[in-house]
Parts: sequence; structure tokens; C-alpha cells
Amino acid sequence: MIDVNRQGEVWVFAEQHGGRLEETPLELMSKARYLADTLRVQLAAVLLGDGVASLGSRLIQHGADKVYLVEHPSLGAYQTNSYAKVIFDLIHKHKPQIVLYGATVSGRDLAPRIASAAKAGLTADCTDLQIGDHTTAKDGAVHQNLLFQIRPAFGGNIIATIINYDRWPQMATVREGVMPMPEADTKRRGEIVKETVKLANGDLPLEILEEHTRPKKVDLKAARIIVAGGAGVGSRDNFKLIWDLANCLGAAPAATRAAVDLGFIDHDHQVGQTGTTVRPSLYIAIGISGAIQHQAGMTQSQKIVAINNDPDAPIFHVAHYKILGDLNEVVPRMIKAIKEKGVK
Amino acid sequence: MGYNCVVLAKQVPDTHRITGQVMKDDGTVDRAALPAIFNPEDLNALELALQIKDRHGGRVTVITMGPPGAVRILREALYRGADDAILLTDPRGAASDTLATSYILSRAVRKLDHDIVLCGRQAIDGDTAQVGPQLAEKLGVTQITYVEALESLAGQTLTARRNLGNGWQRVKARLPVLLTVTGDANTPRVAAARKMMKYKNAHTRAEIEQQIKATDPTADDSMVRKLVQEQAGALERQGLLIRQWNLDDLQADLAWCGRNGSPTKVHRVQSVVLAAKESKDVAPTDDGIAGLVHELIQDKIIA
Repeated sequence: MIDVNRQGEVWVFAEQHGGRLEETPLELMSKARYLADTLRVQLAAVLLGDGVASLGSRLIQHGADKVYLVEHPSLGAYQTNSYAKVIFDLIHKHKPQIVLYGATVSGRDLAPRIASAAKAGLTADCTDLQIGDHTTAKDGAVHQNLLFQIRPAFGGNIIATIINYDRWPQMATVREGVMPMPEADTKRRGEIVKETVKLANGDLPLEILEEHTRPKKVDLKAARIIVAGGAGVGSRDNFKLIWDLANCLGAAPAATRAAVDLGFIDHDHQVGQTGTTVRPSLYIAIGISGAIQHQAGMTQSQKIVAINNDPDAPIFHVAHYKILGDLNEVVPRMIKAIKEKGVK
Repeated sequence: MGYNCVVLAKQVPDTHRITGQVMKDDGTVDRAALPAIFNPEDLNALELALQIKDRHGGRVTVITMGPPGAVRILREALYRGADDAILLTDPRGAASDTLATSYILSRAVRKLDHDIVLCGRQAIDGDTAQVGPQLAEKLGVTQITYVEALESLAGQTLTARRNLGNGWQRVKARLPVLLTVTGDANTPRVAAARKMMKYKNAHTRAEIEQQIKATDPTADDSMVRKLVQEQAGALERQGLLIRQWNLDDLQADLAWCGRNGSPTKVHRVQSVVLAAKESKDVAPTDDGIAGLVHELIQDKIIA
């Protein structure tokens, strides 16, 4: 167990695969920078791998004061136990007060293993982080400058602020795409701290036989306009309406989890709690009832248009423009109107 | 021969089916109105365990931790083919966060032979996906998360396919292992009618006691105890007594359980209010939609 220490640094796990940094740790940097500045401590990135030293400068350019670099041939491929052991040992040695991870597949695999070993708290899938004070109800004790770990819970129906004040480090995974990536400042300078590690066979229990990854087919995070369909679209064939409307707007086609599960479109297009979080200028929701899990991924859109034939659909609660009607009639009308540039 | 599979399951509110009926007037969700269900991905974990048993033999034991009413999902697991079910229930375990939960579960799993421990990837109430890896660490076993297929199992070696979100990975590990299973892994079998007939009468001691008290509210404590003992014994002989363990049965260190054992605390909870700042109704007619498109062009939202 690690005791509360007010001078501890703020850390970000710099997830990389095959020598390529993930976007999430970079997205995390601006918030982590703010936390470190508020606490007046240093911000460090923790970089593990084999031959990854060159990534250090990128982490510094995005806001890190320091990079803990651990290189080892056995760290070339991520696996839970080896990475957990190295990071746990570093936590023990340097006693950071905050450790953040991207809520990626690897981040969500790794962070709980470390939290369990360190007997520390961990909050999953945060959408925001702040520094604040907490008064315990029992004895009125005030704990200052804690990490407020803010996350949707209960399927997104509530927003919970989680803290831990008696055991450190304070750890959280942070959802992808909820924090804007800071711009690189090529003039920023920082320190690379090399750490050595000893790994035993027991630290590498997995044999990775084969791996296939590919870039996403669509970059929803960067899309200015998104046209999304839900289960209400009815069929994969009918989902052509979504593609047609998206094409004539130069928009990215997207979908709810229900539509993806029904096979209407590929998972890369999924918006929501288990998909991508988006913030386009315009989000057109078609045949989407508006499950809170979906809303979690799209309510930051600047303008939302909802088309649904159910007047009680929750999506209408968040829509700026509500169109109550049959999508099979409304969408073709919309395509026609766009082609005519809205001229009446 | 065969493998001892232990499946961890959770009873959760059905947060995925939120309709207009459970929305309160202020735009928040009426949580009490949601039905309690078997966590969906835990059903995939159970199915994978049952497939291992079908192919290789062995036993499938299902554990749930929760209030006494969570026994309902244990009966559902028995209907589907689990051999054994255990309810972990103790008021001192309430308000456990994921770390304390994984500690309590680890105490229970350690009491059982376990070659393969299976959990759903995550539960739909918390969506944390933390308990699986934390339990693996506490048990000191290898974890394989996001499993979408079990490719082979022979001797003491298992090969599984993990979903990486942007692709997949095949990994091999030696038993014992803990798998967290995704919804894509399989289609859970439905309850078997024959098993339902049998196990609808499976109960925990707490349920037996409740029934006795409901039937005869005047029965005194010693009478109730005697009847519970008799009926539990009868159920046990028929293989219908669902075991119920508390923290003493687990010899759990209370410092690591419940609120005390939970480093994370809730500072504040806010209900999400679903409401746009301003909204307009648009008629689904040619004119209505043309007007909307016109407005979006005027506002430079679309070109």
C-alpha cells in the first residue's frame, strides 16, 4: 500500500504498439498538464517497449516534463503481467500521486491488474478529471487537492465523481476521444529518465501467436457532420438511406450499437459508450431511440437533428431539431432539399 | 478428466433497455423501475464454460455476489446447465468497490478447484471491466481479457482469440487462467425445460426461511430454525440446495471488504438530465424539411 504523498508526480501511461504511440495518451496530456500545474508537481509519461526511445520527445512536446523510459526486448509486445510488473515497480519507487491510462483495450486490461497489486483505487472510463476538496461525512475531515474522477455510471444515467483519499496513487482510465489533443510544441524540453528492469519467465505467461490490426475505416472523431442510424432503420439494405444522406452532405456515416449488432454497418462506425465519442458540428440521428449509452457518445455535438416516429423516444430530449415522422419518407425529402440547397 | 470452470456472474439493472416509461418528468431515469437481469456478457462467459464442459467434461460452478435476491440468476444458470451455484451474500460486503469485490470473489474462488475462471468482460451497470483483471491478480493467475473465441484447449494449454477493437490477437497460455468474455464470443443457450422443472425448486437457506415465515408467521425462532434445517437437508439430498456463503465462511479479512476495503469513494452523484437548451419541432413535410436545411445552411452548419 502506498501512503498519501502530496509531492508525488502526475503520470500518464504512454501506450504504444509496435513503436507507434496511441492517440489516447497524447489526448490525456493537456488534462494531465492542467492537473500537474494545479498541484505544482511534474508531469511524467511512462514509456515501455523495445526501441521506443524516439517516442520520448513527442511526449515532451505534448506536455510531459519527464519521460520514464523502460526498454527491454521482452517489452516489445504488450502483455499484462510484464507491463503491470514494471509499472507497479516504478510506482513503488517514485510514488506518484496520480496515474492515468487511456481506457483502451490494453489500458483496461493493465490498469486493474496494477491497482489490485498496489491495493489502490481505480476509476474506469473517466470523461473528465478535476482537482478538488472532499469532506468526509463521518468525521468532517477535509481532504484537499484530490483527483476528482468523473465518469458516467449506471449505463450513463448518472454522472459520478469518484475520489480516493486514504490510499495512493489515485488512478483512472480515461475514455478515448473525450479530451482534445494538445498541439505539439517542438520547443518544449524535458528529461528522459532511463529505468532498468528484470523480467522472469513468470512475467511473460502469454505466448502471442498472431495479431492483426488495421486502421479504422472511418475517422468519426474528425468528422464535421455525422449521419447516424439506429435499429429503427430496419435493415442493412435500408441503411443505404444513411449512406446516401451522408454522401450528399460529405458526412461520415455512423451507427448505434444496436444497428452494429444487427449487422447494418461495421463496428468502426459505432458512436457511444462502447464506440467512439464524437463532437461534430451537426449530428443527424435517424431511427435512433437514444439509449443513454449512445447519447454518452454524441451529446457534445453542436447541433443535433433527430428523426424518429416515436414521440417518446429519448433522443428527442437532446435534439435541437425534432422531426416526428417515418424516416423512409423524411430522409429522401432531406436529400432532395439538400440537393436543392434548401430552396423552397 | 475435464476442467473445473468457475463462472462469476452479476445481477444488474437492465440499463440497456431504457424506454420512455422509465424516464421521469425531470428527464432522469427512474432506476428502481428497471428490471434486474443476468448481466449479458456473464451469460456469454457461462456459455463458454458450458461448451468446455460439453466438449471436455468437468464441472461448471457459478458464483454471484450480491443481495439475497441475486439467487434468481443462479437458478437461471442452473436452468442453462451449470452443475453448481453459490450465492455470496453478506451485508458487510455491501458498498464494495471493484478492489474489495475482487478480494471477496478471490476468497470464494480459492475454496473451489479452478482450472478456468470466466467472467463477462464487463457489467452493464458499472461498465468498469475491472473486476476480472483484479480477481486474476488476487488469484495469481494469467488473465486473458476481451476473449471472443476459445480456439483450443488441450492438456494444460489454452489458446484464445482476443478482440483488440481495431483487430484481434491469438494468445496461448497455461492453466489456470481467467478469461473475460465478450458478447461476440457465442450465443448463450436458452434454459432447458427439463432443468427448469428440476431447479425451479432450488433454493438458498435464506429463501427457505423466508417461505417458512410467510407460511406460518406465528412460528417461533427455534421452530423456524428446525424447519429450515429439515427442509434444507431435504433439498440438499436432492441436489437442490443453493449454497450460501458469507464473509465468515470465506474467512475474509473484513479490512479488505465493503466500504472499509474500498479505496474509491463517491464524492458526488448527479443525474443526467436529458434536455437540449432549445429545440424546434420540424414538420416531416417537404416544406418543413426544406426549411430546416435552409436554416442549417444559413447557420453555416452545412454547405
